[in-house]
Amino acid sequence: MITLIDGLSLGSIYALIALGYTMVYGIAKMLNFAHGDIIMVGAYAIMVTLSQEVTKAIASINPGLVVYSPLLAIVLSVVICTILGILVEKLAYKPLRGASPLAVLITAIGVSYFLQGLAQLVFGSQPKPVGSAWKLPAIEAINKLGITTAAAVTLVCGIIIMIALTLFINCTRTGSAMLAVSEDRGAAILMGVNVNKIISITFAIGSALAAFAGMFYLFQIPNTEPTLGAMPGITAFTAAVIGGIGSIPGAMIGGVLLGVIEKFCLASPLAPYTVAIKFSLLILILLVKPTGLLGKVVREKV
Amino acid sequence: MGKLNIKIKPKHLVNYTIVLVMLLVGVVMLETGNLRPSIAQLFTQIGYSIILAVSLNFVVGFLGELSLGHAGFMCVGAYIGGLSAVLLKEVLGASAKLPVLIIAMLIGGFSAAIFGFVIGLPSLRLKGDYLAIVTLAFGEIVRNVFMNQKIFGGARGLTTGSLTYDTRRAPTLFIVTFIVALVMLIIIQNIVRSKHGRAITAIRDNEIAAKAMGINITFYKLFVFIVAAFFAGCAGVIYAHTTTPVLYTFFSYNYSIEILVMVVLGGMGSITGSIFSAMFITIVNFMLQSQLSGDLASLRNLIYAIILIVVVVFSNAPALKSFREKYSLGALFAKLFRGKLSDPSKRKDDEAKWDRVPTKIKMDALLSTDLNVDYTPARPEDVSGGKEGK
Repeated sequence: MITLIDGLSLGSIYALIALGYTMVYGIAKMLNFAHGDIIMVGAYAIMVTLSQEVTKAIASINPGLVVYSPLLAIVLSVVICTILGILVEKLAYKPLRGASPLAVLITAIGVSYFLQGLAQLVFGSQPKPVGSAWKLPAIEAINKLGITTAAAVTLVCGIIIMIALTLFINCTRTGSAMLAVSEDRGAAILMGVNVNKIISITFAIGSALAAFAGMFYLFQIPNTEPTLGAMPGITAFTAAVIGGIGSIPGAMIGGVLLGVIEKFCLASPLAPYTVAIKFSLLILILLVKPTGLLGKVVREKV
Repeated sequence: MGKLNIKIKPKHLVNYTIVLVMLLVGVVMLETGNLRPSIAQLFTQIGYSIILAVSLNFVVGFLGELSLGHAGFMCVGAYIGGLSAVLLKEVLGASAKLPVLIIAMLIGGFSAAIFGFVIGLPSLRLKGDYLAIVTLAFGEIVRNVFMNQKIFGGARGLTTGSLTYDTRRAPTLFIVTFIVALVMLIIIQNIVRSKHGRAITAIRDNEIAAKAMGINITFYKLFVFIVAAFFAGCAGVIYAHTTTPVLYTFFSYNYSIEILVMVVLGGMGSITGSIFSAMFITIVNFMLQSQLSGDLASLRNLIYAIILIVVVVFSNAPALKSFREKYSLGALFAKLFRGKLSDPSKRKDDEAKWDRVPTKIKMDALLSTDLNVDYTPARPEDVSGGKEGK
């Protein structure tokens, strides 16, 4: 039971990241390899805001403000990630729109590598702990059951964010424009949808989700390192593929599924092989059903 | 007696020459006693980097599928080949260095090729992004599995200390490495120029059209993956001879990317480019290793990342197309060697000469032949008369 809850909470982190992948794939038809590293940037933003120097600086303005610094950290991390997402799209991916998919993919890998290298250069390759302010209060009622507050908060917030995103996509004009672009870009342009704007918005939303994922990730493992985003990123991509890439409910299901499987593996004697099992699952699903669980079959036109 | 007729394309000859020259330089340095062990190590590294880069280029540049698991194949070769070399050495004795290396290389290469077959199977149903991620997943799976096998040393890595090929007196591993690189060049370049090579590039350019032309896509995709994996495995065995322990952390995703950087920097589909960029990057790595330590080493990753992005954006962005055509290396060379007329876009219609058109039909001969010498045209009145008569 506890493993299940842990799995669900890890799964909702994966689902949040997978949503970013799947939305970008659906709309820009590209694999944003750098998505995992945006999580890492978000985590570093939180780490820096809560570091001693910044806390002192805030305290020197008004000691009462220090209490709000975690809140500031969250806001900052979301804002930085959003801006970064848009920036990456404009600088690296936009010039290649219409080029071969291989070129776009390699550029995305380059961006991912770039962000990791930059983080390593600035912050060093050693893991850095997040300030002590980054801690959730104990909630007696839940903790008694053996469930950590972090898991509970992640699960609840994850569900809220996913519901909000679903509502946004289905009930707003921008949301339906996004659906239209992912359905048929040419037709959407003819209908007066500003595709460039929609793609930027998609990257912004995806990166904001990545920032939230980074935040929840830090609740579970309060250390930041340059390669922090790589593994969750790849796993979440796996989740997106399992659910059917381009499909938003698919990403949620895939993420949760993978989180639960990972936690159960870790709890079983197969623990050392967790990575192998996760990825074998990916290969297996792709072989049996290349479009994923909820993916659409797209016929290739000549 | 049939005459043995070996024709080597000039383009391919250049590649052989580069590797041979490096080999000769190494041997001369060795004979004159100027070869320090560290430099010999560098030569070996250059050698296996060339093997890795060219074999990855075979997949990425010629088949047109992105493989992010090349380090995974190398890992298979290094672990399995390394282990079998250690065992062989116990059987054959310490003096039989070369046979051990060769047998181990074959074992490592073939086991990597089997993995190449396994990873090639998904490539029949998947392509592009999906296949890239499967190869990446494969690399991680391999690492994860080897890490957990006691027989391969577990998390401590495979101890290959007994394999040291280079001794202080005679660091000769680089000779073997360059010879393997030469063999690989001969094999891959001959595949590329054969009808199989044309089939492979046809798949790259348009898979559906290739299929329609009757090309067996299944066979060629598997074939390319297997060949590339085999040589990556060989490179892995060589690597296992240079270092101890063979540790799974070396074969991470980052190393696959480093090989990819070599391929992209040299130009996808250009073997000469891959050789030069493999040399360049290995030498830069070697120089930076002593210069940059600790976190400054990440500067290297940053440079790689920037190279990747700039090279790919520059050579693929639709907006830069005209700029590229004007200033590309090829165009510059054309200007230098053949004058302006050779640029097809600048040539006016009537300037094109028939004899320049590359075709098997001999136009001049055809035009100058009198088809029917005895034929005399009928006079007009005869023709019209005949018509009226009907």
